[in-house]
Amino acid sequence: MTQRITPRGWAVLAALLAIPSLALAQGDTPPTDSGVTSWMMTSTTLVLLMTPGLALFYGGLVRTKNVLGTMMQSFAAMAVVGVLWSVIGYALSFGPNILGGLVGWNSDLFLLKGIDDTIMPSGVPEYVFAMFQGKFAIITPALIAGAIAERVSFKGWITFITLWVLFVYAPLCHWVWASDGFFFNMGAKGAIDFAGGTVVHISSGVSGLALAIFLGARRGYPKLSTSPSNMTYVLLGAGLLWVGWFGFNAGSAVASNIDSARALTVTQVAAATAALTWVLIEAVLHGKPTSLGMASGILAGLVVITPAAGVVQISGAIALGFIASVVCYTMITLKGKLGYDDSLDAFGVHGVGGIVGAIGLTFFIRQSWWVDAGTKVAGWNWLSQLKVQLVAVGTTILFAAVMTLIIAFVVQKTVGLRISEAGEKTGMDHDLHGERGYGLNNLN
Amino acid sequence: MKLITAIIQEDKLDDVHEALLNAEIERITVSRVSGHGQQQEITVLRGKKVMPNLIPKIQITIACNDQYEDTIVDTVLRTARHGKDGKIGDGKIFVQELKECVRIRTGERGIKAI
Repeated sequence: MTQRITPRGWAVLAALLAIPSLALAQGDTPPTDSGVTSWMMTSTTLVLLMTPGLALFYGGLVRTKNVLGTMMQSFAAMAVVGVLWSVIGYALSFGPNILGGLVGWNSDLFLLKGIDDTIMPSGVPEYVFAMFQGKFAIITPALIAGAIAERVSFKGWITFITLWVLFVYAPLCHWVWASDGFFFNMGAKGAIDFAGGTVVHISSGVSGLALAIFLGARRGYPKLSTSPSNMTYVLLGAGLLWVGWFGFNAGSAVASNIDSARALTVTQVAAATAALTWVLIEAVLHGKPTSLGMASGILAGLVVITPAAGVVQISGAIALGFIASVVCYTMITLKGKLGYDDSLDAFGVHGVGGIVGAIGLTFFIRQSWWVDAGTKVAGWNWLSQLKVQLVAVGTTILFAAVMTLIIAFVVQKTVGLRISEAGEKTGMDHDLHGERGYGLNNLN
Repeated sequence: MKLITAIIQEDKLDDVHEALLNAEIERITVSRVSGHGQQQEITVLRGKKVMPNLIPKIQITIACNDQYEDTIVDTVLRTARHGKDGKIGDGKIFVQELKECVRIRTGERGIKAI
């Protein structure tokens, strides 16, 4: 993402807000660019579409008795973070550095009240940018649900994601995408994270793994069979995620130009390559390619290209898509041996795929990027960039894991995080929501 | 031979199933069924109370040799009941004489086929 608000910009804005009529009279607000704004509003909508897509993906994979409880975890993120982001989330993420750069803060952004008239230098009203960013903040905690499926209470989940967005997502988002963020200013041109490989996928995947280990496995895991409630939902969800991802990646240029065109293209190619790779692996090893393999491959490819979408070309997208499926498939196979219950492979796909993408992209960056980096720091090469990427990935893993364990501990001791044993047997739908997901099976 | 049919509440399936497995009763058939006895379920949908006339239940069907009858009935009785005193809607157990049993794979009949 390339559009930020500089501290100086805020000073100007604050002055303008003091005398609103004068601000209009002076007319120094850039004009709205209707082309970019239209695409950004479309992207914002597409990224929100991913969360119901994720709900279908996860809901289809859990047992019949947990389908609604699982889908509600994604929808809870839309409701909770939908409010939280506009109240303080955006201010924490995109305000200027406070606490030595740990997080940002600008009281003008509290309730977004300072951006009522702001048009950003790109010609996009800042409201659109704030909402676009808000959708990322919604889907990221929703992704964590895949690691801890079928065993978290609704009130525990709501409390957890509230704290997680404030104490994990907002700082990471600030480091990566704010103009004074710590990742943004590393090396020649910053740590490369085009659309959220670190802040969205590594952070949610690693947090999911930490939470899965903290909570322990589901009752009877791995002996108890947990057949998916509806594989058709899984494919539908994967399809919606793929469609929505064009907003996620091609919107992250905050532009409607060659950068967004490149991101759009490599997103398609990486997802398709990874899907193809995954079903081929299954076909060779087990004889039967599965629909779950297709869906997992699509996701692995989309995740791996997320940090890389701004810098790699088609050959890089094909290579990353292929590597992502091979590595993620291997990790998911290893999960059984390591014994943790990452129920729907949030870590196996998002965590691992994000790490592969954020590090692997270094080897596939287009030539013009290196030339540009060379003019900023002479002799900047792949090794120097690899170090930057490794620091960004390592910091994200450490920060997300430690903070998640602290938050999980606090939530467990206060409102409680894990569902009761009786509730786990009964199923989330009946125990937490008093409903059942598949009413059509009932003759009534 | 006996044919035992238990109609239980949906949320007790895991408990009953696991208890049956622990008692080494490993040949069962489970179906989703709808019906009603004394229980009238009141569901609140969008703030309005609606009273469906057919309530979803689970039916467990087990064919067994005579000596297992008591184990099965006791196990279901113990695990399908809500709380100590039970609730209306906890279900029923029916035990019938079973005239014949045939294993399709081998054509065996009677006690051996169960």
